[in-house]
Amino acid sequence: MLKWLHPYAKAEHSYALAGKLMPWFLILTIPSFLVGIVWGLAFAPADYQQGDSFRIIYIHVPAAMMAMAAYSTMAIAAFVGLVWQVRLAEMAVAATAPIGAVYTFIALFTGAAWGKPMWGAWWVWDARLTSELILLFVYMGIIALYNAFSDKVLAGRAASILTLVGVINLPIIHFSVVWWNTLHQGATITKFEQPSIATEMLIPLLMMIFSFATFLGFMILYRFRNELLQREQHRAWVVKLVQAKQRG
Amino acid sequence: MAFTSFSDFLAMGGYSFYVWLAYGVSLLSVITLISHSVLTRKKIFKQVAQRLQREKRIKAANNREHNL
Amino acid sequence: MNPRRKKRLLITSSLILGLSLAMGLTLFALQQNIDLFYTPNEILKGKNETGVKPEIGQRLRVGGMVLTGSVKRDPDSLKVSFDLVDNKAGQVTVFFDGILPDLFREGQGIVAQGTLKSINSIEAFEVLAKHDEEYMPPEVADAVKGMPTLTTEP
Repeated sequence: MLKWLHPYAKAEHSYALAGKLMPWFLILTIPSFLVGIVWGLAFAPADYQQGDSFRIIYIHVPAAMMAMAAYSTMAIAAFVGLVWQVRLAEMAVAATAPIGAVYTFIALFTGAAWGKPMWGAWWVWDARLTSELILLFVYMGIIALYNAFSDKVLAGRAASILTLVGVINLPIIHFSVVWWNTLHQGATITKFEQPSIATEMLIPLLMMIFSFATFLGFMILYRFRNELLQREQHRAWVVKLVQAKQRG
Repeated sequence: MAFTSFSDFLAMGGYSFYVWLAYGVSLLSVITLISHSVLTRKKIFKQVAQRLQREKRIKAANNREHNL
Repeated sequence: MNPRRKKRLLITSSLILGLSLAMGLTLFALQQNIDLFYTPNEILKGKNETGVKPEIGQRLRVGGMVLTGSVKRDPDSLKVSFDLVDNKAGQVTVFFDGILPDLFREGQGIVAQGTLKSINSIEAFEVLAKHDEEYMPPEVADAVKGMPTLTTEP
């Protein structure tokens, strides 16, 4: 469908488009983050059972949700990249993986810091925690595989295949608390009934989820531009860009 | 406001260690991610600039040989 | 779609499908091993799906609700015992010597790890609290459940 577009112009246009979109994502991220975190930490009421330790929810849940959203994005990009051989899609996979890995790490770490005072243990090998740990390993595997090849076209394809293989982990993570006996509690807001969280606690949580989502978008665009520059560094448009920056 | 004073806020109802540990490590991870991305971008620009410089020098050297 | 693309689509799709199937079957086979704990009823009558009963002396985890009024503390040490119940009339006693998590209280869901001492008692070396997915301010909890908040055990 994009055959008429010159292949080199395509990369250059994507770079410019990503650059145009980036500030919008940042504009959405910063206020929702600031309001959400201040509201969540200082203004939301303490939980009736967990007291103030429940405030860890404001990073734990957004990070965990967006770690999975990042993976879904990667999986779609990997599928498109493999079937239609869109190189840009494979670059998006490589750009997203490190962000997803960081989000997953945050979800695991904050979960541990929350589990210790509430459950009585930093870590339990229950199905939810284990499948989330596997997600981190899958992310690291994708990053390692991508960096293992010096031929980036081959690297992108390998990373995309591994991404698709790892997709089966997503439903396992989500439904682990339903399918098995776990120490981790069930879903609070992503269930079909009304969320089981008080409104004045829910609003800052939704804001934090929103800011984690837009920040994810921002970082994907930023790192996608890095991938483009890296791969096209011998093309005229990158050279022109570098020269313009040197002069400016 | 859920707290009566600033020290009350810092104490987090006795869970200060866990809450601030979670928030601190998360912030650190995000900062690491951002700086890695920014540094990568700078590195690429530097790489390309150095290559251009080198090519320019080689070209200049070739021209001098021709003129001799 | 040209034939080459069609082929790639077929290969990719069947790869995903095959792997999901393999994973699904593996998980199905491992079903009971992935379960973190036995419920009290399962200790007495056997696992729901398979009817497998734990043997005395076996290391296991048990998860259930702390029966109100069953918590007995030794005044001179950290030793404590309590009964765990579930919604199927199972009841087992847990003995523990150590520090209980903050969320431990009567009526709370907990998971204890230890060895089965007799048919219905467990010597635990670890007690973990399980909480529900509901979050609300204390005043709301009072109103909704009509129960006193943050009751500390005597």
